[in-house]
Amino acid sequence: MALLTCRDLSLGYEGKAILQHVSFEVNAGDYLCIVGENGSGKTTLMKTILGLRKPLSGTVATGDGLRQSEIGYLPQQTLVQRDFPASVKEIVLSGCQGRQGMRPFYSRADRELAKENIRRMGLEALANRCYRELSGGQQQRVLLARALCATRKLLLLDEPVAGLDPKVTAEMYAIIRSLNRQEGITVIMISHDLGAALAHATHILHIGSTVYYGTRQDYLSSPVGKAFLQQGGVSQ
Amino acid sequence: MTLADYLQLTFVQNALLVGVLISLCSSLLGVTLVLRRFSFIGDGLSHVAFGAMAVAAVAGMTNDMLIVMPITILCAVLLLRSGQRAKVKGDASVAMISVAALAVGYLLMNLWPPSGKSNISGDVCTTLFGGTSILTLSETEVLASIVLSIVVMIFFVVFYHKIFAITFDENFAAATGTNTKLYNLLLAIIIAVVIVLAMDLVGSLLISALVVFPALSAMRVLKSFRSVTICAACISVGCTVIGILASAVFSTPVGSTIVVADLAVFGLSSFLGLILR
Repeated sequence: MALLTCRDLSLGYEGKAILQHVSFEVNAGDYLCIVGENGSGKTTLMKTILGLRKPLSGTVATGDGLRQSEIGYLPQQTLVQRDFPASVKEIVLSGCQGRQGMRPFYSRADRELAKENIRRMGLEALANRCYRELSGGQQQRVLLARALCATRKLLLLDEPVAGLDPKVTAEMYAIIRSLNRQEGITVIMISHDLGAALAHATHILHIGSTVYYGTRQDYLSSPVGKAFLQQGGVSQ
Repeated sequence: MTLADYLQLTFVQNALLVGVLISLCSSLLGVTLVLRRFSFIGDGLSHVAFGAMAVAAVAGMTNDMLIVMPITILCAVLLLRSGQRAKVKGDASVAMISVAALAVGYLLMNLWPPSGKSNISGDVCTTLFGGTSILTLSETEVLASIVLSIVVMIFFVVFYHKIFAITFDENFAAATGTNTKLYNLLLAIIIAVVIVLAMDLVGSLLISALVVFPALSAMRVLKSFRSVTICAACISVGCTVIGILASAVFSTPVGSTIVVADLAVFGLSSFLGLILR
């Protein structure tokens, strides 16, 4: 069974659908990129996958022993976070919160996991620094380390390179790629950077007035993909 | 009378004890409220509590807590819940509820003056600015404040990590399996309790100061959530003690003296923050 199966999803606000008939599945090891114009419902789709909002119709199912609460999530930065007084350690550790249930305090294993993920993201030197003093790229790596504390299987990334300069963007893509290839973590990424999507992804989900789901190769030769490419969706 | 003489008096001791507990609680909650952009909820809720008090007074109830507490809790739940997807956005709904409660409360007190009280504006002024009610606490009130404060503190310590996770990123917490709705509800109830307790200390209009100043002062200088929380608690307790003692010695209003002390510390820490940057 697939890690994640979405069947005939309709999404929207207050009964008005902005996106209809979305079906796709994500298997272990996939790198799925969700592309589409602004306002096509990419973030809404992501929130639906995470169970933060209900679809108007259709189903989201997790399989392969994955629980919905085990999906690691890298959200877009919020206004609240930009001046938040918290150390890198505290934030990464909070990724373990979902598993705590009613347990009030973190266990030694949780702390080890947080440490391990701080190391994985190359943040050891910054572990006691304040989040608001970090650069954009460093902040993203902190949030990625937190997401890795919440999952070992599936990562959802919402515009992970938004606002980063080209060099840091390339680094970020390299990190995500190595998590996918070397560590076998399944990745779902929202992006409007179609060039990067096509460079790294194994599958593409294009949403908008037409919905397309398929492998990267198939997408490139599909009418939807060709049209989107011609509009200058590629930023290379 | 010297300071030492004042400290011998039971009512001053009570005021100090209750003041310390209440300022500790309000500053703990203040950190999460300020960071979640809910600074004004204290203000809004205290006005609701004022309105509820007026209703209780008009109805001639002897123990007004029975009506003030439930109404304030209800409003807190509604306000915090509507945070994200309400038609009227957070700040507007707080403003709406708070002025409405204030107006209705004052109107009621004027239309049907509570029996036995002739000086309405004096009464209202006391409720709004605290007056001397902290120095005239009954034994039951002291006991209730102690018990409730301890409950609030236990809540905060036990749920500290959850409060942090929800404050920093509510969506992430919800997505990875934290029951954010439950904790938001608990938080709303606790906030309402603290606000009602704090009304005796500084009065309706000045409660926001207790909630906001210690947290903001700590944030100017410190860089981790834990240190900010601990520091805010210390600042708040310190300012309240200084405020109560200073008001006894200089015979100034308790509430505003405490708030001025908080303001001074904020100025100091802002300055410190600038230097350290």
